[in-house]
Amino acid sequence: MQSYDLVIIGGGPAGLAAAVSARDNGIESILIIERDHELGGILNQCIHNGFGLHTFKEELTGPEYAQRFIDQVKERNIEYKLNTMVMDISDKKVVTAMNRTDGMFEIQAKAVILAMGCRERSRGALNIPGYRPAGIFSAGTAQRLVNIEGYMPGKKVVILGSGDIGLIMARRMTLEGAEVKVVAELMPYSGGLKRNIVQCLDDFGIPLKLSHTVVDIEGKERVEGITIAEVGPDMKPIPGTEEHYECDTLLLSCGLLPENELSKTAGVSLSPITSGPVVNDSLETSVEGIFACGNVLHVHDLVDFVSEEAKNAGINAAKYIKEGKKVAEKEIKINPTGGVRYTVPVSIRPKEMDDSVTVRFRVGQVFKNSYVAMYYGDTQVLKRKKQIMAPGEMEQVIIKKEELNNYPDISEITVKIEAE
Amino acid sequence: MEEKHLTCIGCPMGCQLTVTMENGEVKEVTGNTCKRGDVYARKEVTDPTRIVTSSVKVNGGKIPMVSVKTKNDIPKGMIFEICKALTDVEVNAPVNIGDVVVPNVCGTGVDVIATKSIPAA
Repeated sequence: MQSYDLVIIGGGPAGLAAAVSARDNGIESILIIERDHELGGILNQCIHNGFGLHTFKEELTGPEYAQRFIDQVKERNIEYKLNTMVMDISDKKVVTAMNRTDGMFEIQAKAVILAMGCRERSRGALNIPGYRPAGIFSAGTAQRLVNIEGYMPGKKVVILGSGDIGLIMARRMTLEGAEVKVVAELMPYSGGLKRNIVQCLDDFGIPLKLSHTVVDIEGKERVEGITIAEVGPDMKPIPGTEEHYECDTLLLSCGLLPENELSKTAGVSLSPITSGPVVNDSLETSVEGIFACGNVLHVHDLVDFVSEEAKNAGINAAKYIKEGKKVAEKEIKINPTGGVRYTVPVSIRPKEMDDSVTVRFRVGQVFKNSYVAMYYGDTQVLKRKKQIMAPGEMEQVIIKKEELNNYPDISEITVKIEAE
Repeated sequence: MEEKHLTCIGCPMGCQLTVTMENGEVKEVTGNTCKRGDVYARKEVTDPTRIVTSSVKVNGGKIPMVSVKTKNDIPKGMIFEICKALTDVEVNAPVNIGDVVVPNVCGTGVDVIATKSIPAA
């Protein structure tokens, strides 16, 4: 059996940044495994600009952002295997993978970084009634068809869901000559960035209907029309509010789900809220030596934060490979409450943690003129005013080791949203 | 006096901005909560610009399309014209990131460049 110190599953932005940082922290033997025919992951099809403002202080397109990290991987001669699918990861960190040249093979790793990303919620998961004609695509599939393969999925388009990929595709399809009739969003707010709503919908006069959903899909061979209706506070369609649109295509942009089938084979515990692994401050999962970063851990809003998180995963995996597992003296739970849906990480080891740890979270609804508050035990240590917080954007608080160690007896850290 | 209405893109607040114009000059911006709204509104009503991104066909490449962008901002009013001009453009592999795909697109003085390298098949 082949062996590597570190095997990274996935060659997208998370896997690339993790590999670079592990190498820079002294790990020579690294293998990235990627199932596509090139590195870069989903960034390859995100040809619009707006990436990298935090990381590179300039606005790049997705492929350009990916290339910066691909170059760093190549400069460091980090090994990678393309067109290779990982089938299984054992709790002993044996990775089983296959491709057309090597067949099926096993690799023993000292540490594994999970960086598989996420996938789109499909029609099957949405329970939309109606026939199953051609012409129904996830927004990401349409993006790949238009931007990489050079096909237009349709001419008259209705979009369900106002996630960023749906908004970006509303503009892209319009610029390629399609007529985008409406974007319907189930929630009373959009999950997309304000910038995308203005520059992808408003700029082109595409209406966004909040609190609306698809109630019927017509057409047997190909989509011929879509009926949408307003929903009430119970999320159920309100009779009499139906509107019909003649169209040949329905795009779905209804949320992203971390892709954790492999994590499960290794026995990694998953959070029911993020659907990603439960990790401590070192981004280590419940299985020793298996770390996670990027959208497989929790869905991010900006790739810059993925790169930052992945860098930390690389540093911590390198530390584990060099020093072995140190049993934490104490682990303090982070309790998300009062509008905070979850935190990543879910716990902090006050003795072993880095000098500062970024705790990322999302809120469950729109909050205006509210405060992000953090408590060490019962003591409030942070109260930061935010004019607005929305579920579509990630928030963060920073825990400083020096400060935390002034509270040696606490058993819990609380992060919550407060009105005053 | 003329009024223009905009949604600020600075943050998720999405402040509804009202810009008062006189003889093509901005007199006042209201509705903004912070400085970013003021800056955005003044630029957006006097000189709105965008980066245009698209993809064009590659002959003999490892993948059939290469992503491209305008190297700098172009006037917002020219987005459709530029996209149309890119519809029938074809390039031959190999393409390198940064290669000029269309020089001085639609007379804007701005080049359209490749944002990805495509090796020959």
